[in-house]
Amino acid sequence: MSGPSQDELAGLDGLGASSGRTGSNAPTIVVEKAPEPRAPEGRTIAQRPTTQDRAFVLTARGAAVSTLVIMLLIGVFLTLGAMPAFRQQGFGFLLENEWLPEAGNFGIASLLWGTFVVGLIALVVGFPIALGAALFISEFAPRSLKKALITLTDLMAAVPAVIYAIWALFFLQEQLLGVAQWLSTTLDGPLGFLAVAVPDSPSSYTSSAFIAGVAVGVVIIPTMTSVMREVFSQAPVGEREGAIALGATRWGMIRAVVLPFGRAGIIGGTMLGLGRALGETIVVFAIISPVFDFTTNPLESGTNTIAAHIAIRYSESSGIALAGLLGAGLVLFFFTLTINTLAGIVVSRSRSGAATEI
Amino acid sequence: MTTVSGLPGQSSPPVGSAPVLTKVDPDAPRHRVAAGPPVQKAPPAKRFGGIDAELGQHAVLSLIGSVSVAWLLYENLLPTSGAIGFWLLAYALFLGFFGVISATTLDREGVVDRLIGAVVSTAGLVMVAALGGIVLFTFLRGKGALANLNFFTETMALYGPDAPLDKGGIYAAMIGTFEQVAISVVVSVPLGIATAVYLSEVRGKLARLVRIVVEAMTAVPTIVAGLFIYALVLIQLGRDGSGFAAALALSVSMIPVVTTTAEVVLKLVPNGLREASLALGTTQWQTVRKVVIPTARPGLVTAVLLGVARVIGETSPVLLVAGFTNELNYNAFSGPQLSLPLYVFNGLRQPFDVAIERAFGAGIVLLSLVVIFFALARIIGGRAPGEMSRRQRKKINAQMAALATSTSQEDPR
Amino acid sequence: MTTFDTSVTEQLPAVPVSAFKPAALVAESVNAWFGTHHVLADVDLTMAAGEVTALIGPSGCGKSTFLRTLNRMHELVPGSSLSGRILLDGEDIYDPARRPIESRRRIGMVFQKANPFPTMSLYDNVVAGMKLTGRKITKAETDALVEHSLRSAGLWEEVKNRLEAPGSSLSGGQQQRLCIARALAVRPDVLLMDEPCSALDPTSTRRVEETIRAIAGEVTVVIVTHNMQQARRVSDHCAFFLAAQGQPGHIVEQGRTEDIFERPRDARTEDYVNGRFG
Repeated sequence: MSGPSQDELAGLDGLGASSGRTGSNAPTIVVEKAPEPRAPEGRTIAQRPTTQDRAFVLTARGAAVSTLVIMLLIGVFLTLGAMPAFRQQGFGFLLENEWLPEAGNFGIASLLWGTFVVGLIALVVGFPIALGAALFISEFAPRSLKKALITLTDLMAAVPAVIYAIWALFFLQEQLLGVAQWLSTTLDGPLGFLAVAVPDSPSSYTSSAFIAGVAVGVVIIPTMTSVMREVFSQAPVGEREGAIALGATRWGMIRAVVLPFGRAGIIGGTMLGLGRALGETIVVFAIISPVFDFTTNPLESGTNTIAAHIAIRYSESSGIALAGLLGAGLVLFFFTLTINTLAGIVVSRSRSGAATEI
Repeated sequence: MTTVSGLPGQSSPPVGSAPVLTKVDPDAPRHRVAAGPPVQKAPPAKRFGGIDAELGQHAVLSLIGSVSVAWLLYENLLPTSGAIGFWLLAYALFLGFFGVISATTLDREGVVDRLIGAVVSTAGLVMVAALGGIVLFTFLRGKGALANLNFFTETMALYGPDAPLDKGGIYAAMIGTFEQVAISVVVSVPLGIATAVYLSEVRGKLARLVRIVVEAMTAVPTIVAGLFIYALVLIQLGRDGSGFAAALALSVSMIPVVTTTAEVVLKLVPNGLREASLALGTTQWQTVRKVVIPTARPGLVTAVLLGVARVIGETSPVLLVAGFTNELNYNAFSGPQLSLPLYVFNGLRQPFDVAIERAFGAGIVLLSLVVIFFALARIIGGRAPGEMSRRQRKKINAQMAALATSTSQEDPR
Repeated sequence: MTTFDTSVTEQLPAVPVSAFKPAALVAESVNAWFGTHHVLADVDLTMAAGEVTALIGPSGCGKSTFLRTLNRMHELVPGSSLSGRILLDGEDIYDPARRPIESRRRIGMVFQKANPFPTMSLYDNVVAGMKLTGRKITKAETDALVEHSLRSAGLWEEVKNRLEAPGSSLSGGQQQRLCIARALAVRPDVLLMDEPCSALDPTSTRRVEETIRAIAGEVTVVIVTHNMQQARRVSDHCAFFLAAQGQPGHIVEQGRTEDIFERPRDARTEDYVNGRFG
């Protein structure tokens, strides 16, 4: 595109120059030879920004760099602070399931497990509701309701975690005790690990990973819903109409067009929700009774997660114990960073826009 | 799916304002010519949308049937009890009945469509009910605390957690929240908006990296932000917990929110405006300051408000670095400082009903603040940033004119 | 004016697919609105069974809106409304007792922009309508249906060896013919085409036009086009739509294609078909 057109331009330049000359040298007709084809030389366009602009660019760049540095500092400080713990425990930090820093024996294995269990329960509860709600808002809700529901979803995402925490502690937990009891007594045949020591007492089921997981599940619903809804609403109109014109029902259209299109959004939204669930602190802290051991029965009282452990122990920790907490925080940081970055990549790689142009 | 706004008939011009329709060749229907535009009469129009009457009937029938059968089963046959179990059973029965009744008039695809519609609507309802339930529950449990004016004007410094509701309150917590949020706004808004300007206006080599990092930052668990400030301020610098440390931790959460929202908003400023300004011979800084930022101002305000709404209720980072006190502390830079989320969190762990009620009361205040900031953000940012009010447009035009004259006088270097 | 070389179109295979039964479509005083905006006034038009009816006219004259009222796609636009009747073999498709999807299953549609389902294979695209409407047929019947539909759409020879490729892997013209095959696979009585060639190059346009002529006997075709030569080449009947400034669109003249083009009775029709405006 650039080569020949620049040649042409060069030719035109020559003509322009010659016509200028003919104008001044009145009647003489000057016939110019066609200009030799010469290699076009790219010119570097020199910018001489004003001092004002130089200052402006420097300031903006300074701000951007500061933001970068803050982010890096999070990693650096946590790593520096955690070094003593890593040095002492080595890989054992990830594998040990005791937390006895004074005795020189501590690790986050059971915390990782607890975090995983709570996160998994949160997804099991939150995912179907979020997917359904996202489909409802983008495909089923009447237009008048749609805007209100989108606002409500955003508002629900903005409700502080501590509000979810008091609601879960004083309302949700009570409602769920019966469910936990039912699950435990009904399923203890095939799933023996769900049995509790005192099945008749509701207090056997309080403060469990199950209740914390359900509460966190509610917390992550709006996050997942809004990502999924956003992607669903971008499903191309042409394909939607194509399905409808074939006589598909609304669900048929969703199955043929919206869900395949929104697959990346479903995956990405779920991962974002998982990232939020793994880092949720206050809700878990408020509900669980901390037990530093592997959570074998999620229905039974007592569990722990990395985030809750940090919040519970920070005030009574110093020295190597504090280093251990910083190490746990670093692990959480890396986990959530990885999950969220992957989620971001998945969502941005979704077929949104690009491939719909046919 | 479709709704109709406005009645078509109302808009039609009065009958007789147009020439009367005549069919030129009524006997040759294979070749007809209409003379002139037809009469615009207002025939009864079929309007689409509304609720499918049959769907409504079937749903109501199924609902009545399922609830009554569930009640029968629950009261008489099943050993378990509890509201959740009842509703789950009733819901399963509802889907069954709904499917069977729908099958009387629909084929398989139609029935599946209806059942999916029911399930999906339920999910939407559950989400709304959860939000409504949370708000309502907080309000009901906390309204007793709000009824006493001292709740807003006193602190808990002189009273134990079991003090009656007419003693003590959240004054210290409100002051703390106000100061901490104000400091974090001062720290993160200039940094966030300047970073956004870098990303959308300067577009330097770092832009990609910065964008990725900021995006990643939005998702960092707040407890990690708190831990970072803990490691930096309390351990490395050896300072005690304070409101300022809490504000710094909040800023770590706020910077990415402000940056990403502001970048989106700045990107929405039409490029034509930038080019028009640059073509007047302005510097880039003048263009940004006089054209881009004023155009995007409502959106930028929204970015800030959303950032505030996001951090005002953050608990875990504050928990780590603000220290603990019941005293009123106006000085955020020294000594521990209370804040609303912390107040709620401390209250919910007390064994006294009054303390818990006060926690819910503080929760109402916190929730109201979030809703207010959120609503403000919506109202101010409701207009798409490119589309300006007429007053704004005038202002921009005036500024453009002023720029044109001023640059001709200024030495561009 | 419908002398059309159909020899290039492939021979249809003798497969056990039930015969197509083209149906007549009759519009009776159809008016359409978007919100309060009256876009179509008093359209009466008979689209004869098994023939090709072209709707012509300048942009914004309501011909696409009219087409979309014919299979109840119009009502998908929020705020839309309608009056009048659309009779498919004598039955009003807007009868309150009828569901939109019943009409759409009998009246297929091909859009201006080809819209194959990109995540489905070519094969699955063709049978998508059968699957979406829950019709159960055996594998052998499905294979035969796919071949028959693709042959009808003139696409079989080009794609028979790569039926598992995704629908988006075809060229624009092939995609459009895939959409025609997809619409034909549900064995509709009527096929509506909304400017099916406007996004295609001349060669692809020619192939699609051949396809239209080839399927004309099996299915009633209604095609919107603002290419008058195309209308002349493919259609048996023509209806000329026009909308005056600020007025709803209406039919100025309708009749056999050759009459419209060679003996127009209305001056505006004559101006339009001779390219003096639009």
